[in-house]
Amino acid sequence: MIPAPFDYAAPATLDEAISLLEQHGDEAKILAGGHSLIPMMKLRFASPEFLIDINNIPGLSYIREEDGYLKIGALTRESDLEHSDIVRNKFPIFTDATKLIADPQVRNMGTVGGNIAHGDAANDHPAVMLALRAEVVATGPGGQRSIPIDEFFYGFYMTALQPSEILTEIRIPIPSASTGNAYHKLERKVGDYATAGVAVQLTLDGSGTCQEIGIGLTNVNPTPLRATRSEDVLRGQKITDELIAQAAKFASEDCSPSSDLRGDEAYKRSMVGVLVKRMIHKALERAR
Amino acid sequence: MKKQITITINGEQHAVEVEPRTLLVHLIREQLSMTGTHIGCDTSSCGACTILLDGKSIKSCTVLAIQADGKSVQTVEGLAAPGEMHPIQEGFKECHGLQCGFCTPGMMMRAVELLEHNPNPTEEEIRWGISGNLCRCTGYNNIVRAIQYAGAKMQGKETPSTEPTFV
Repeated sequence: MIPAPFDYAAPATLDEAISLLEQHGDEAKILAGGHSLIPMMKLRFASPEFLIDINNIPGLSYIREEDGYLKIGALTRESDLEHSDIVRNKFPIFTDATKLIADPQVRNMGTVGGNIAHGDAANDHPAVMLALRAEVVATGPGGQRSIPIDEFFYGFYMTALQPSEILTEIRIPIPSASTGNAYHKLERKVGDYATAGVAVQLTLDGSGTCQEIGIGLTNVNPTPLRATRSEDVLRGQKITDELIAQAAKFASEDCSPSSDLRGDEAYKRSMVGVLVKRMIHKALERAR
Repeated sequence: MKKQITITINGEQHAVEVEPRTLLVHLIREQLSMTGTHIGCDTSSCGACTILLDGKSIKSCTVLAIQADGKSVQTVEGLAAPGEMHPIQEGFKECHGLQCGFCTPGMMMRAVELLEHNPNPTEEEIRWGISGNLCRCTGYNNIVRAIQYAGAKMQGKETPSTEPTFV
């Protein structure tokens, strides 16, 4: 399978890339890792007339702690995130998630920014970023702006990014010490999209009360979904098995999975409940 | 509209013209006639087209040739000089790591990067490490042993038994 013809540029600076976007508008697509875009182009689900390859732009791949945030450059490969020491120590949720994203070769190309900018509820980082209450930095002709993750996903393949903006960074607030986070997705085989996936981050205070919690769901809704009612059940409470069961029930009710080859709707709702329970327990263990 | 690119494959520089839509695997196989890299699923699932791009294993059916402009590629043909064997090739030969052989070049290129990062992988680490490569003959047990053999050989250690295992 070969994509439809297109024209191609690999600018050396972000400014050039943005002016190409301004010039070509909707006809252009950004090429980062390409492991969502190129398969779609090969299947002719997408036929952009112009590809702007951002891989030659220096300074878009990094993982660093700065100003109270973990900052991840948009062009950071999944494999870099998978093997990062900062991540392994403070954000084990990314170690959980990256090893379940596709396979090693795809992770060598696929980027964190692309996983989010693609706007696909089946991708794994969106739910993780919801749990971590991340911000997405978009750079356009007017400079940078920061978009809270809750305002980023509009619909299927639709995001808050404007046609001339490029996702350049993801910022994750560094939480206080008594914080745990975890992610798991149920997948039929390596490389499959999630049947259901759940990301949880929670912070406890000195008395063991849940101060803050974030729960994100993968591939069980048209957009990546925050399980708001489940979070509300646990926030400000001492976490008990009864409350966890209630949070799991709410998440399974509030999502909206579609029946497909991975399972019917009822099965997926049930799996969301199971995974919410397991991920809360795992995050609790890591917080203590 | 064709574009000129320069790509180093197995140490040799090639200046070629490609359409932007040309896939890297098609450049390697069809324009440069190196057919050791296979095309299996053509959907980045099976790993038969795995090569090293600047030392990292990638699936060349899902990368554009033009993305490799100025970069270095290693294919199975570049593992060893003619008549010689790279330890990973020796491992696959000695441990019966191949049956039909279709997945083998991709398996070996993936194994080369895996062993570079982790010279002594456990069975579980190897199985995760080759999780992006499918063997339709299901010969995974011997592939795992072939990779362990190569790991030992590359470090100058005693190689494990080459007797096939049956489970």
